[in-house]
Parts: sequence; C-alpha cells; structure tokens
Amino acid sequence: MSDAIEISRRSFLQAGTAGSLLIGFHLAPNGRAYAANAVKPLEPNAFVRIGADSTVTVLSKHVEMGQGTYTGLATLLAEELDADWKQIRVEGTPADAKKYNNLFWGPVQGTGGSSSIANSFMQMREAGATARALLVAAAAKDWNVTPDKISISNGIISEIGGKRQAKFGDLVATAATLPVTKPEKLKDPKDFKLIGKRTPRKDSRDKITGRAQFTQDVRLPGLLTAVVAHPPRFGAKVRSVDASAARQVKGVMDVVQIPSGVAVLASGYWAAKKGRDALKIDWDETDAVSAGTPELLAEYTALLDQDGAVAGKRGDAPAALKGAAKVVTAEYHFPYLAHAAMEPMNCVVHFKGDSAEVWNGEQFHTIDQATVAGILGMAPEKVLIHSLYAGGSFGRRANPAADYVKDAVFIAKAINGRAPVKMVWSREDDMRAGYFRPMYLHRITAGLDDKGKLVAWQQRIVGQSILTGTPFESMMVKNGVDNTSVEGASNLAYAVPNLLVDLHSPKVGIPVLWWRSVGHTHTAYSTETMVDEMAVLAGADPVQFRLAMMDEHPRHRGVLQLAAEKSGWGKPLGKGRGRGVAVHESFNTFVAQVVEVTVAADGSIKVDRVVCAVDCGLAVNPDVIRAQMEGGIGFALGAMLHGEITLKQGAVEQSNFHDYQVLRINEMPKVEVHIVSSAAAPSGVGEPGVPPLAPAVANAIAAATGKRVRKLPVKLA
Amino acid sequence: MPKLNINGHMVNVEAEADTPLLWVIRDELGMTGTKFGCGMAQCGACTVWLNGQPVRSCVTPIAAVGAGKVTTIEGVDKDQKAGAAARAVQAAWEKHDVVQCGYCQSGQIMSASALLAKNAKPSDADIDAAMSGNICRCATYHRIRAAIHDASAILAGKSPAKLEA
Repeated sequence: MSDAIEISRRSFLQAGTAGSLLIGFHLAPNGRAYAANAVKPLEPNAFVRIGADSTVTVLSKHVEMGQGTYTGLATLLAEELDADWKQIRVEGTPADAKKYNNLFWGPVQGTGGSSSIANSFMQMREAGATARALLVAAAAKDWNVTPDKISISNGIISEIGGKRQAKFGDLVATAATLPVTKPEKLKDPKDFKLIGKRTPRKDSRDKITGRAQFTQDVRLPGLLTAVVAHPPRFGAKVRSVDASAARQVKGVMDVVQIPSGVAVLASGYWAAKKGRDALKIDWDETDAVSAGTPELLAEYTALLDQDGAVAGKRGDAPAALKGAAKVVTAEYHFPYLAHAAMEPMNCVVHFKGDSAEVWNGEQFHTIDQATVAGILGMAPEKVLIHSLYAGGSFGRRANPAADYVKDAVFIAKAINGRAPVKMVWSREDDMRAGYFRPMYLHRITAGLDDKGKLVAWQQRIVGQSILTGTPFESMMVKNGVDNTSVEGASNLAYAVPNLLVDLHSPKVGIPVLWWRSVGHTHTAYSTETMVDEMAVLAGADPVQFRLAMMDEHPRHRGVLQLAAEKSGWGKPLGKGRGRGVAVHESFNTFVAQVVEVTVAADGSIKVDRVVCAVDCGLAVNPDVIRAQMEGGIGFALGAMLHGEITLKQGAVEQSNFHDYQVLRINEMPKVEVHIVSSAAAPSGVGEPGVPPLAPAVANAIAAATGKRVRKLPVKLA
Repeated sequence: MPKLNINGHMVNVEAEADTPLLWVIRDELGMTGTKFGCGMAQCGACTVWLNGQPVRSCVTPIAAVGAGKVTTIEGVDKDQKAGAAARAVQAAWEKHDVVQCGYCQSGQIMSASALLAKNAKPSDADIDAAMSGNICRCATYHRIRAAIHDASAILAGKSPAKLEA
C-alpha cells in the first residue's frame, strides 16, 4: 500500500492506457488523422501505405483471428517491396467488394475456407512490387540517375556504384508526384528473403501487453453496453415484457425490444447484465423448435435406411458389396458443436442517421455491411466497418445470417442512434445462440475382395445443410447436395472402384454453421477410421494399405510417408499404448498425422504425441504453418474428447466451459510438425490441421484396445 | 466511494460493491487488457493478481478486494517484486510467437508470471497445475509450455531474451 501513489480518478484515466485509446478511436477511426502540414503518406495501391517516417502499413482485407493472416499477407508484400520486416505494421481494411474482395469468392469480401494466403498470394506481391517500382522511380528522379542504378534491400534504397542512400520515407514526397505503373516482373523464388523464412508475428507484442484492440475493447464517447435476453428455445418470440425491475437497476439507461429478444442498455456490462437478469419476459413458443437430441437422433436414424441424394458415384457399389468376400457396416454419430471462441460474440454500432460505423472482428465484410445497411435503410457504402482483431472465430464470425451483428444494429436503431452501442453476449448467450456445427449420422458399408483389396464403399450421411437458405446456396448446393455436408467423402481419395455416397439434409430448425474445416470435421473421421478398420481386416499395415490405393494422389502419399517416417511408424509400443494414423486433404492442403495414445485401465485416454506432416504448397511462413497445425490438433482433440451440444425440447443444455469442456493444457500432447518442401502455389493452413486428428486418435485407441470409437465425444469407460 | 490500488495507483471508483473487479477495471477505468471470457472463473481470461496471487477478476467483487494490491497486464512488467518474472515471460512469449488470436494471452501471462515468481524452475507438472485454469481455444498450449520453460531459463540468465535476428 505504501508504494501506491494517490492520484485522482480523472488523471488516472487520462494518463493511463484508457485515455489514449479513447482519444485514439475518437479522432482517428482509420488511423488517418494527420497534421495539415505533414507529408502525406504514399498510397500506391489499396494494400500499402508508406509514411514519411518510413513506416510501411500493410492493409489486410482478411481478418486476423489467430491464424496469422496479418503476418502472412505482410510477408508477401514486404518481400516484393524489399522492406525491412521491422518497419512493417498491419491494419484491417474497411469493406469494399471491388478493392478487397476475396478473389476466390467473386464480389464478396470475407475470410474463410483457409483461402487468405492462397487468394492473395499474387495480389499482395504485386502490390509490394508496384510500391517498390515507385520508390525506385522516385530515387532515380531525386538523384538524376536511371532506375537501373537503384537497388533496394532491407528498407534502404541505394545508388548502385554510388554513395547515396535513402529510407522509404525520404522519397514519399517525390514518389507521390510520379505515375503508378504495373511492375514488370515479380521476384524469382530463389531470391526470397522473407517468404519461407521465420518472420515474427506482427501481432505478438500488442497481444502480450494487453494493448491489442478487440471488439470487446472499443471505447467511444457516450458508449452504452447492451446485453440481450434471447428466448430459451430456438424460434420463440417475445409475447410481452415487464422491464420495470430492470429499469430500476443502477446504470440501466434503456430497455428495447428487437427481433431476437429484449436488450438492456447500460453504462457498462455489469449493470446491463443485472438489468437483463431482472427482465420478466413471456415467450411465445408457438413456432419454437420442440425437438431434443434424442428425437433428432431417432429421425436421422430412420433416414439412414432411405436412399438420399447422390453426392458421389463410381462403379456399382451395391452390386460390388454383394460380391465382396468381407463386409463391415458401421454407423457414426457426430454431435452438434459450439465454436466457443474465447471472445464471446459482440459488435459495436454507431447509427448516425444517414450513415453508420461498425466495429467488429470482421470476417464477412461485405455481407455484414449489406445486412447493416438493409436494417438501417441506407446504401452499403454509408456503413463504415472498422475491422478489429477477432478473439477467435473458427467460423463463427462468418455467418451469412449475421446474427450477432443484427442484434447490435437493431439495438442501435431502436434507440435511434442516440449513443454508440456495444452489444455483448455473455458466455452463456454465446453457447446457446446456435449456429453450431451440425449433428451428423453416417453409415458406411465397405467390402474387401478375397485378396484383401478394398472394392466397395457405400456411405450415407444425414445432417442439416449449412448453406441452404444462404447467399452461397446457388453456388455450393447442387442437385440437392450441399457440398459442405459431403466434402471429403464424396471425393474419397482412395482408388475404390465402386463407391456410392448419398445425403439426407433434414430441416430441423436448429441454426447451423461451418466450424473449423467444415464437412471435413466429420467425413475425415468416418472415412479414415473405416479405411483403418478395413486395413486391419485385410491383415495389412494401415500405412501401406492406404499408400496402395493412392497412386493418383502423390501429395497424400507424400505427407503420409513423411509422417510415418518421422513418427517411427512400426516400432512397438508398450502395453496399453497404441499408434494410429490418418491422412486427409482439405482446402487443397494435405495433412497426415500419426498419434500415440495411452489408454488406462479405467478407460481414460491420454494422447501422448502427434507427428504431423503438411503439404500446403510453398510455405510462406513456416512458423505460422507449424502454429496452425499445433493449434488445429489441440482444437480437434478438445472436440473429440469433450465437445457436445445437446438439446432438450428445443433448448440448449450446455451453458459455459464447465459443461461444454474444451482442451486444457494438461491434455495437450507433444506435437511435431514437418512441412513438405514444395514450389506449388500456397494453400491455407487454418483449418487443414483439424480433420486427421480425431480419426488418428481413434485408430490409435483401436490399436491399443481393439475398440472402435464410432460416437463422439469419445467415452471408453 | 471505494478506493482501489491498481498497479500502484490509488483510484476512486464509483461502482457498486458487488461489481466484479473485471468490470471496474475494464468499463470504469478503461483498462481493457484484462479480458472477459466466461464470467464464472472457468477460463482465466480475466486473471489479475491480488496481492501477488492470480485471481479471476470476473468473480471477485470489489468489496472483496478492499485495500488489496491489484496488478493487471498493463502494470505487471513494472511490478517491484515480480516484474522480472513477467518481463521474462513476455520476452519468451514473443520469442516463441505463442499468440494466435491473443484474447486469452493477458490471462495466460498473468498466470505464468505468478508461477515463475513463486517457482523459478517449474516442471511440466507444475505448469499443468498452474496453467490448467487458463483456456486457450487456439490451443497454443504447446508453445505456452515451451515459453514458460524458456522464461525460466531467461530469468536464470541461461537463455537469450531474444532470438538472433
């Protein structure tokens, strides 16, 4: 106590982090407030800004939600610019379907499908090369030499054969007077200085000092915090509300009804939450979902016996199964899963009458922008989105239905823009709001011929469609088949001559969404555990059995062989221990994992070690790739061991991390990641580490115990 | 009006006595480094120190803080007693590029620094015991473990605080 200095609350607020953040947001929402007489930054294109102080700001059209995109995109641009890594900073862009669209998605700006590096690879390099050419031209002009006498290295511009040198900032003023030209060529990969090397993350420092700005951290003058009461059952509506007690809570400023429920606005979260808890709401459950998980399971099980929409077909699987020497049928059950990102969903909206500002960990820029504009009755370009760090997402912040964004916008509209609104969900709100990874049932019947060769594969999948009813439906739902329900199974990589995969997509009213690696979360599991089972049935080594069926898939083979080699595949393990393997391609990235487990007498499972091999084409940031494999493995293992959302009469039964458990540090295995050296175009790494983990663990459990795990989360006891 | 000792400063606050420390720090004092994750001491994102001990500020009403010394991520590196441990942890976190989304990392660093301030050379089991209350949904656990061991070595002068450029 004696070492504490007594200061006034006001001066504490002004002196501390608080004041600077508040003012920073207030005056410079885009970081674009400059003194009138300062040299204006150079903006040769939409992706880079070079300041007079030589700071290079890379503009990221993709959200940084942990996957390392800010670092990756900056690496591409800085490489071609020949910048020093230390002079680079990164910020998110506003929404713009023309300048900042995902090149794989048409006129839509958004982040998903592990596509950020893949779609931006040439775009960001060209942006860097354009800026470089402009700096070269500026130096040539200032020094009165030809451009071929100029070189750039590590952020320093030099005269070849001369003594003159300059920093980027020294040339900004001259460069601004020169025309921007398209670069003649990009670097030869052999000259890369940053791509393929370790470039430290750009967001590390801010995230270890508490300075990084998430939506939760936005502060604005007059900001109100809103907490929403949602109905206990999906599809219920407010019949009437008694807010008298809520309005008595100190700090509560207003109570408003919105389409999804009732919102309480207050000076801060605690008062808003206390106000929300004091609401008395009568819910109209006429149109509410009434089914629970057991009823859905019964409905899905009945569908397993009916033919579905054909998603994949080779040869004649039913006939081949009749002629097979050995046949195995297995059913697999995958539960609903919540994303449960560390930062519960939230969004800040300031409705200003004829325009609006949104602060969000923005994963779906133009879709959310259009949604906000539609609700507020303005043109999309009147909605300025400030894209902040997202405290995780795993798909949750890329929702075509924009559910949590809508909550915030309707509240801002209901108070007619009198104050900026920070809408915050509690953990319980987040857990119960839906948009889950759908529950699925699979049935696979597979057959071996008398030589132990896999000759027939029939797979039926039952589960809700993620894309039906969204803007993506026309693009990705064909002939009644939502590709996200069957990807990884309908295109099974193994050369099975007879294959039939079909699908039922029942409509049951539970909101569903993609969840890190989407359809591969379940198809990799069922296919890779069944293939393993067939290998054992054939008396074959599981690695050799797979390799023999993948002549057409060299990249699958490459990662499988690498993981097997590095793991010491084939070396005996002790009693109660087992080793399992799985290989799977998702989003054009190939991953194989070999897992070692120990199963105790009481059925408890310890995953000891995971050896992972990944082929994602050219490795732009090897350390980010390793980090995404490590994280994907931990994320997948948590779901396999614990993850399960259940419903009772239309209400979610879980609420927080005590009843929806996720992986903790004591359960994290040792992980080794090996990257295949490749010159192929780079593909993504945010999701592909997830799919092989659970089947590899299940195969290791089978190796240790003989038990095949067909229902997740795994319970052996 | 209650007074709180935050990072060595005495501050008057207006919040009701039942208000969790987390919301006083974040909403009233505007220090947003300490995060809200679960509201029921399940995830550790809100970890601060009370008299040097890690506590979950989301379930700690300010009435229970009283005259106790509160340390947050904004001030931990300057703490007279344990600042060296925190600085070693932050250096190791940066060296290993532990963070992904980063939302849990203030809490992870508060727990890890408290561990090292008490136990300069923790075993894997010590790390599990001290850190299993801090969830990371990005599952950066592999690097958290490596970084804590390295922070221990940095504190002992046996490891450089930075990687070679």
